[in-house]
Amino acid sequence: MSKHEVTVTVNGRPQQACVEARMTLVDLLRDVLRQTGTHVGCEHGVCGACTVLFNGRPIRSCLMFAVQADAADIVTVEGLADASGNLSVLQDAFWEAHGLQCGYCTPGMLIAAQALLEETVTPTDEEIREAISGNLCRCTGYQQIIEAIRLASRSSTAQVADHDE
Amino acid sequence: MKAVDFDYVRAGSVDEVCRMLDDAAEDGKVIAGGQTLVPLLAMRLTRPALLVDINAVPGLQGIEGTTDALLLGSCTRQAEAERSELVCLQLPLLRKGLSFVGHVQTRNRGTIGGSIANADPSAEIGLVMLTLGGSVVTRSSDGDTIVPADEFFLGPMITTLMPNEFIRQVQFPVWQVEGWQGTGFQETSPRRSDFALASAAVQLVLDKDGICRRAAIGIGGAAATPVRIDAAAEGLVGTTVSEADITAAADVVREMVDPESDLHASADYRRRLAATLAARAIREARAEARRKGEGPDVEA
Repeated sequence: MSKHEVTVTVNGRPQQACVEARMTLVDLLRDVLRQTGTHVGCEHGVCGACTVLFNGRPIRSCLMFAVQADAADIVTVEGLADASGNLSVLQDAFWEAHGLQCGYCTPGMLIAAQALLEETVTPTDEEIREAISGNLCRCTGYQQIIEAIRLASRSSTAQVADHDE
Repeated sequence: MKAVDFDYVRAGSVDEVCRMLDDAAEDGKVIAGGQTLVPLLAMRLTRPALLVDINAVPGLQGIEGTTDALLLGSCTRQAEAERSELVCLQLPLLRKGLSFVGHVQTRNRGTIGGSIANADPSAEIGLVMLTLGGSVVTRSSDGDTIVPADEFFLGPMITTLMPNEFIRQVQFPVWQVEGWQGTGFQETSPRRSDFALASAAVQLVLDKDGICRRAAIGIGGAAATPVRIDAAAEGLVGTTVSEADITAAADVVREMVDPESDLHASADYRRRLAATLAARAIREARAEARRKGEGPDVEA
């Protein structure tokens, strides 16, 4: 058995842990660092619930080992709201458009959508569908999630426009 | 759904990877993106004693152009290849194929070499490599070996790779034929980005008279490995790629593929699908080539 020291930055905070090589990144986040916002569904890379930003890009945290994330910068769903707990524009849009029911897939959906909006400010519906195609939802039928992401995109562009005036 | 215990080392050089694989005596496995390997470990379908991580090995990532090929380091992320201008300009068929590989989350982590090493018969990257007649550069402590794509794939998840070898580089030929090149990639899956029931990759070149000068046709998901259907491609060369020529090529594809039935589709369905997708991919490639040559595109 091999044990390894890892240092990861999670939502801006450097964290250290000693992990078994076989521990996945999502288990490190949830079970060791107690950041339970990231959900773990299938544990073999099918459902997308465990999506986090890894050095700025969305990945499935059940498909890499914690030891491989040494020195990485991770953003989880806990990192979306600001320090005083105000929901982000995207989270607010999910609330507004009823983009969730049971909420199991929501952390993964939010991170996937966040990654999309950081790269593409006004995505087409096709781009939204593509961005969340790796995330399963068993409640909403996806339409409200797509609407929520569309709404978030419109809200952020409106804010930018207000700011410019 | 947790992997059994294993040892882990982060290799710092190509030689170190070779040495570790030798020391592990057939019980070591290389991990790159892990998008295939980690599920296999989680399901305990594989139980190596040692994982050798090649993500930090210098020289295994990146895309390099030569006069007639693009050389992709095995650890190049699929997402990086998808965004690469070199790939876009010189290997548009790979670019098209990559858009069907998994999802954005898996392409950000998954690698070019990893997909090829795992040899899923419906995987797109291996199909493109085989269609274009590329090759795999494998590495062991004995040095580099160049294995042509035709010889590399042996069956579902089975390749010529030995336990002490890993993929160092994947070579994709870039055609130097006068005329206008077009590419087509077509795939059918239950949902987009799911495993393909069948897929077709086509690259062809039309000259100024609209005559096909070179063609390659590959089919994925319809046999134990991806297959190149040279007889169908040769039939297109010298023709104007008319609808009749396309039908003839698709007929050859239907004859030559050897699919199996499974839960997702019957062998007969896959056989017909392969022919239909081949025809569509040829039309897509023809339209692209004709657009570039601004020639008549009456049938596309």
